[in-house]
Amino acid sequence: MNKTQNQKAWLFVIPVFVLVAFNAAVPLMTVVNYSFQETFGSNVFAWEGTRWFKEILHSERFHASLGRQVVFTFIILLIQLPLGIGIALTMPKKGWGVPVCLILMSMPLLIPWNVVGAMWNIFALPDIGFLGNSLNSIGFDYNFTQQSGDAWFTTILMDVWHWTSLVVLLSYAGLNSIQPAYYQAAEIDGASRWDIFRYIELPKMKKVLTLAILLRFMDSFMIYTEPFVLTGGGPGNATNFLSLDLVKMALGQFDLGPAAAMSLIYFLIVLLICWIFYTIMMKDEGRT
Amino acid sequence: MKKIKWLVPTIYIIFLMLPIYWLLNMSFKTTTEIINVYSLWPKDFTLENYVTIFTDSTWYMGYVNSITYTVFNTIISVSAALPAAYAFSRYKFLGDKHLFFWLLTNRMAPPAVFALPFFQFYSSVNLFDTHIAIALSHCLFNIPLAVWILEGFMSAVPKELDETAYVDGYSFGRFFFKIFIPTIAAGIGITMFFCFMFSWVELLLAKTLTATIAKPIAAIMTRTSSTSGYELGLLAAAGSLTIIPGAVVIYFVRNYIAKGFAMGRV
Repeated sequence: MNKTQNQKAWLFVIPVFVLVAFNAAVPLMTVVNYSFQETFGSNVFAWEGTRWFKEILHSERFHASLGRQVVFTFIILLIQLPLGIGIALTMPKKGWGVPVCLILMSMPLLIPWNVVGAMWNIFALPDIGFLGNSLNSIGFDYNFTQQSGDAWFTTILMDVWHWTSLVVLLSYAGLNSIQPAYYQAAEIDGASRWDIFRYIELPKMKKVLTLAILLRFMDSFMIYTEPFVLTGGGPGNATNFLSLDLVKMALGQFDLGPAAAMSLIYFLIVLLICWIFYTIMMKDEGRT
Repeated sequence: MKKIKWLVPTIYIIFLMLPIYWLLNMSFKTTTEIINVYSLWPKDFTLENYVTIFTDSTWYMGYVNSITYTVFNTIISVSAALPAAYAFSRYKFLGDKHLFFWLLTNRMAPPAVFALPFFQFYSSVNLFDTHIAIALSHCLFNIPLAVWILEGFMSAVPKELDETAYVDGYSFGRFFFKIFIPTIAAGIGITMFFCFMFSWVELLLAKTLTATIAKPIAAIMTRTSSTSGYELGLLAAAGSLTIIPGAVVIYFVRNYIAKGFAMGRV
């Protein structure tokens, strides 16, 4: 759409600008402030320069939690995207099945995140949980509170449970926007099922899939509440992801300086990756 | 091939329902039964856990609090986002692209980063432990989202609609409220759904900004672990009840939900 130049449009944007700036600018400046200073309690601060940034960037602890975070996010994307697309392809296109599928599949998205964690906790407990009990009774030695492998398995399964539906809904919407004429043409050409997927459905879903990757990246990279309730970062530090580690440092140990520096580094990583995605998306829409 | 096609969504839905069923199952058991007997359905069916929640004001006020700030937030986010989204979809102005990306960066900010400064900030303006504080803090991620979704819907409305209205002598205000808003009503509904959803499920900020008066239900639930051991039955009942508002909202937007996800680009 060709837009008209109009500086008065700023007036329309002011409420949003004020509300978000109120929430973002002041707290963000606080974080920036802390990141350059040392606190001695009771509001005494000393200038520290870039010491905390250097310390965080070289600390084993940060490398470890960043590493865990990257691996986790990567596994999540690797499972949820193909699974989500697969389910969307097999979903009914019309009839009573559509609302039933949509409603039931959206359920996990609307459950408060700590309830998700608590629900999975009691679902996976080795003695009284359905998952834990079943796994143990068929011969697996499963205990997510003691063994780090099991803790990872449970956390990933929980996230697959929680968020795959988002990918399903997006892909489903993408698939529905394809005109029937495309399928008819493919049938005349004698295209195989795979060809239809590869040359018609996948290109048409490109936009929604970019969005799905962006959203799943952002939210899985920032995951906090669910693993906090499920495993608390344990056993040991096995599932101690970035957000968990950050909150432990800031609110648990009151190491404000290092925690603030870590916050900024964390934020910049998310921002950089999202900016890349955003640029790709906007290019596709021909907006840039 | 055709015959087994329904199998995939069915298995997936069963997988989704299992943990929810387990939660419901536990909510109808007594804590002693949960700990001592492993059973797929309640042997000793009880409503005691639900009775506790509905008779104890510290429990049920949690639901009232959560719904209060969620509704506040939805109203604030959508009403602030409407004019802004209109501006982004119709006009070019100084710094529009940068502003749009800056808004989105706030959706990308990990809430963990903001937890501590929010606590200090809202305490210093005397809003700590109020519903409005949580509603305002959730604007951080809901306003960008609302602007983004609404902008998508508004851009799909041809500009000729605006121009015809002006030719017919409508003032901007009358056009916006009488013609434009009804045109994108579905979009507004979906935006409200998403604002509601993200405000409802968020806990970290809501918990950080409250102590007693405005405490969300999700934070009250943690109480079950600290008092007399683990009261699993009560925890399960409280958890089960948090699913209801979401389910109600989904039911209302069921026909738009898939479209909304794609259109709004969330």
